[in-house]
Amino acid sequence: MVEKQQFVFRRVVIIGLFFLAACALLWRAFDLHISSQVFLQKQGDARHIRTVAISAHRGNIYDRNGEPLAISTPVDSVWINPQQLDSKSEALQPLADLLQLNFTKLEKRLQENASREFMYVKRRVQPDLAEQVKNLAIEGVYLQREYQRFYPTGEVSAHVLGFTNVDDKGQEGVELSYEAFLAGKPGAKKIIRDRLGRAVDDVEKIQSAQPGQDLTVSIDKRLQYLAYRSLKSAMQKHKAKSASAVVMDVRTGEVLAMVNQPSFNPNDRSDLRPEKTRNRAVTDLYEPGSTIKPVTMLAALDSGKWKATDFVGTAPGYMRLNGAPIKDIRNFGWLSLPAVIYKSSNVGISKLALSISQEQQWHIYRQFGLGQSTDSGFPGETAGHFDYYKPVTDFERATLAFGYGMSVTPLQLTRIYATIANHGVMNPVSFLKQTNKPEGEQIVAAKIAKEVSVMMEKTVSSKGTGIRAGVINYRVAGKTGTVHKPKAGGYEEDSYQSVFAGFAPASDPRLAMVVVIDEPTAGEYYGGRVAAPVFSNVMMNAMRLLDIAPDKLNLGKNTRADKKQAVLSDNSGSVGGRV
Amino acid sequence: MRADYFESNDTGRLKLFQSLRLDPPLTMALLLLTACGLGILYSAGSQNIDLIFRQLTRLSLAFGVMVLMAQIPPQNFRLWAPWIFLLGIVLLTSVLVFGDVGKGAKRWLDFGVVRFQPSEMMKLAAPMMVAWFLADKPLPPSFKHLAVALILVIMPTMLIAKQPDLGTSLLIAAAGFFVIYFAGLKWRVLAGFAVLVAAMTPLVWHYMHDYQRRRVLTFLNPENDPLGSGYHIIQSKIAIGSGGLYGKGWLNGTQSHLDFLPERSTDFIFAVFAEEFGFIGVIVLLALYVFIVIRGLVIASQAQDSFGRLLAGSLSLTFLVYLFVNVGMVSGLLPVVGVPLPLVSYGGTSMVTLMAGFGMLMSIQSHRRLLRQ
Repeated sequence: MVEKQQFVFRRVVIIGLFFLAACALLWRAFDLHISSQVFLQKQGDARHIRTVAISAHRGNIYDRNGEPLAISTPVDSVWINPQQLDSKSEALQPLADLLQLNFTKLEKRLQENASREFMYVKRRVQPDLAEQVKNLAIEGVYLQREYQRFYPTGEVSAHVLGFTNVDDKGQEGVELSYEAFLAGKPGAKKIIRDRLGRAVDDVEKIQSAQPGQDLTVSIDKRLQYLAYRSLKSAMQKHKAKSASAVVMDVRTGEVLAMVNQPSFNPNDRSDLRPEKTRNRAVTDLYEPGSTIKPVTMLAALDSGKWKATDFVGTAPGYMRLNGAPIKDIRNFGWLSLPAVIYKSSNVGISKLALSISQEQQWHIYRQFGLGQSTDSGFPGETAGHFDYYKPVTDFERATLAFGYGMSVTPLQLTRIYATIANHGVMNPVSFLKQTNKPEGEQIVAAKIAKEVSVMMEKTVSSKGTGIRAGVINYRVAGKTGTVHKPKAGGYEEDSYQSVFAGFAPASDPRLAMVVVIDEPTAGEYYGGRVAAPVFSNVMMNAMRLLDIAPDKLNLGKNTRADKKQAVLSDNSGSVGGRV
Repeated sequence: MRADYFESNDTGRLKLFQSLRLDPPLTMALLLLTACGLGILYSAGSQNIDLIFRQLTRLSLAFGVMVLMAQIPPQNFRLWAPWIFLLGIVLLTSVLVFGDVGKGAKRWLDFGVVRFQPSEMMKLAAPMMVAWFLADKPLPPSFKHLAVALILVIMPTMLIAKQPDLGTSLLIAAAGFFVIYFAGLKWRVLAGFAVLVAAMTPLVWHYMHDYQRRRVLTFLNPENDPLGSGYHIIQSKIAIGSGGLYGKGWLNGTQSHLDFLPERSTDFIFAVFAEEFGFIGVIVLLALYVFIVIRGLVIASQAQDSFGRLLAGSLSLTFLVYLFVNVGMVSGLLPVVGVPLPLVSYGGTSMVTLMAGFGMLMSIQSHRRLLRQ
């Protein structure tokens, strides 16, 4: 009986234990399934749902006539998930061959990244090559869609446009200054991925990629080519260190062309060096030398002390101020004011400057933006140097009057000439195509701007220093400059910058242009012989391309100067130009 | 009673069961469970049909073994018990000496044609032996007999623990202990035994392998090492939890199909099931298991001699332990020990052993009346 009771009790214990075990399992299942469901589901999602970016198309850049200057094309980047590769890396040999990579190097990189889940093999592979990579079907090798920037004009407009980096972000030039406008907004999508990070399925698109906006810049591709070709050949001919040229629309302040030498190919990043990528036209400073004389002349006329018909005595060709000499290349004697410009008399311009007050001189310099940025917004633009507050001696004032002791960028100088050409109205500098005529600021009276313009026309004549800047059938105004390069504590004796600044057609100016050639070493160095021919060549073709009406048609009866110009255009001239 | 059983159910199907000496409720439940198992395996094994065919082959073999075992009268088991046990001990010893190394443990004997795991055989041999020893002794057993029975349990347990295969050795210890328990154990002894186990815990800890210790520590706090030893359990808890009440549906589990869940067609297959069929599915599956265990216990209570009762009771409860250890492990209740979900996990050996055990149960049930005859 006791045994029987014990047996019953035993059975109860068994059933009790049994019940407890079942309850434990059920409780646990309930706990996980119901109580912790939200938490655990989130944990699960965190492990397999990922948000990934969809790369957006970057806006194209067009020139003012709609010609493409920078376009984005879809390319594929090849990447590897090292976790998914077989331990034997021989499988990658065909990939390395296809992409022309060093297999040993690839193997080494792979070992270094063995614990990662992502490693680029090669970025930006052309679509046909990417297709071949896909066909290799190697486990763990993937393609990623990206956009690559392509610059059809190559090194011709490299400096203006700048370039993007491998992540499609603007690094220089217009690409950088209009980054926010050009860059698209990358979209996002949710994907399901497995433990090894392979994307299994797209769940939803959170946001579509918004392509960037297209940008139309002020550049005219044809003028850009023209300027580039002329500048490059001049650079080679004169064995110069560097060179820049800027062409500006006089009426709107738009930059139509901006080229530099040396240049670089933005489509091939292997050779990017600062001395090549720098946009010297906005970053480099030059002393303007004689090319600033027209501005000083404007100050003299603006003061009311001088009229365009006045004369100034320059005999004996030199003068001494504060014990230092100021010299002309020879004794010009009495000079009319236009002659001060076209003969480029240092003594003459110094006497004009010293005859007016310093405030009057400084006022005009300030109006023309010396020492101030043009606010073009171009990355790396420098303001130039002019110290308005430093007390100066008469000698210093005189040297400033002919462009020593101050510095400008080629772009600044171009704007000064465009302003004179635009009847004294200064327009804001723009790298974007303008649809409306900008509101300029009248900074000097139209009348005196015209007078100085007429003076500068004589420069480009048989009497002046810049005859080689002439353009057949068009009237051209301009000024040469041959500037001693500064060195520590003074100036180099035989190292020069050759400059020509001017505009055409003089009767109704349309284009202003500045050419700076730095350190020509092939013998010639006068601005009138080195820089002026570039001006002439570009302007002649630009007038034709832009269909600008000639203002000097002589209909058969050529003047002496025209004959001379025709001879010079044949590149056979050896007529002495002047500074 | 016999007439009642045989003649009141005259459908052909039942006759077939009876002529094969199978227990109809148990057989139906086993068929249902293995069918469910194939369904889950299809999902867990990434819909690989070859996997299903291989498992189906094993299942057929296992059911064959079950039918075969059911034909053998229980007396024969009793007669063979000591010899099978002896053979098992010899084989276990030779495994330790000559065995093949697989995953850092010596578990396999290679006979050229077949690879064989002697520990599987011991799962049946150990309870048989203890039952054989205690069956003809006065019950409840004396202290002396109890001591001998304990030695009979501890011998194979130690040999297998040394392989090392903690999961199987614990199952065998449990099976042997259940026989002793059914034979009758005074509360004093049971309490003393519990104290002994508690006292030995530090000793066991001392002799454990590093990986076993790590598993215990991981069990206590899996978040300690989420990428290493805690990875299995975290992933499986996430899988179970994301199933919710109704589950994500067959073939729709993300944790398993995206490869986050390790060992998903073998030890962790329960997590796949729980993710896809939810809490409701888990209740149904557990109910099926519980039904099988209860049927086994009923068979035990109806057995006509001590040997049959002790063996049937032990086999049924061991099956429950199997389930409890696996589900407990997968849901983070117990440390990770390599015990498959019985009759569902992919893999052959343990399934054949289990079905052989059910064959014995059926033999005990179906030879009952014949004995009386």
